Amino acid sequence: MLHIVNKSPFERNSLDTLLDTSPGGAILLIEDGVYAATKGNAFEPKLKAAMDKFKVYALQGDLEARGIADRVTDGVAMVDYGGFVDLVANNKTNQSWL
Amino acid sequence: MKFSIVVNEGPYTHQASDSAYHFTKALLAKGHEVFRVFFYHDGVNNATRLTTPPQDDRNIVNRWSKLAQGSELDMVVCVAAAQRRGIVDEGEAKRNGKDSTNLAPGFRISGLGQLIEAGIQADRIVVFGD
Repeated sequence: MLHIVNKSPFERNSLDTLLDTSPGGAILLIEDGVYAATKGNAFEPKLKAAMDKFKVYALQGDLEARGIADRVTDGVAMVDYGGFVDLVANNKTNQSWL
Repeated sequence: MKFSIVVNEGPYTHQASDSAYHFTKALLAKGHEVFRVFFYHDGVNNATRLTTPPQDDRNIVNRWSKLAQGSELDMVVCVAAAQRRGIVDEGEAKRNGKDSTNLAPGFRISGLGQLIEAGIQADRIVVFGD
């Protein structure tokens, strides 16, 4: 399953809740959700700890728009919109955590 | 693969309409079929042709209309959400006694059944909102 998260973990608890409740799968961070994927942010330890269960992706354009594409947490894969499409296609189900 | 898109947020609010637009464009570029784009809740505000953003800003409404024109997208606006927010086509104007219309080209007003059908007919459905 693909989980799509569009809010910063410092604004909403959607990413936090998803990590606590979902057995695993893929996570795509988009919009303000990409703030979770920066090196040294306070949420990084929790995201890193979840990486054995989840493969984490972040939308490159949204990282660049926020000036943080050069300090992405190790292990997070950057994708463009084409990659976003492929993630949705390759996962049987997806959930936008709105 | 067949996709449906749901847009639950208006233009120029946060980023949902932009994300949905870029995602839909990428879908088409990859040769996928877009069964329907459904605009619901504040998302219906993406369908007013009276939008006039500054000239150096993107025109989110026109951009959807243009994409629909080029790719024969079925862009459906929820009727109940549209009535609440004053999104009107000719039929609705007549039915509700309104003096004008504002539905942008490429959009059509219909009911929630279209959302259910979009979920049933498509292999994947992706929701964009706030």
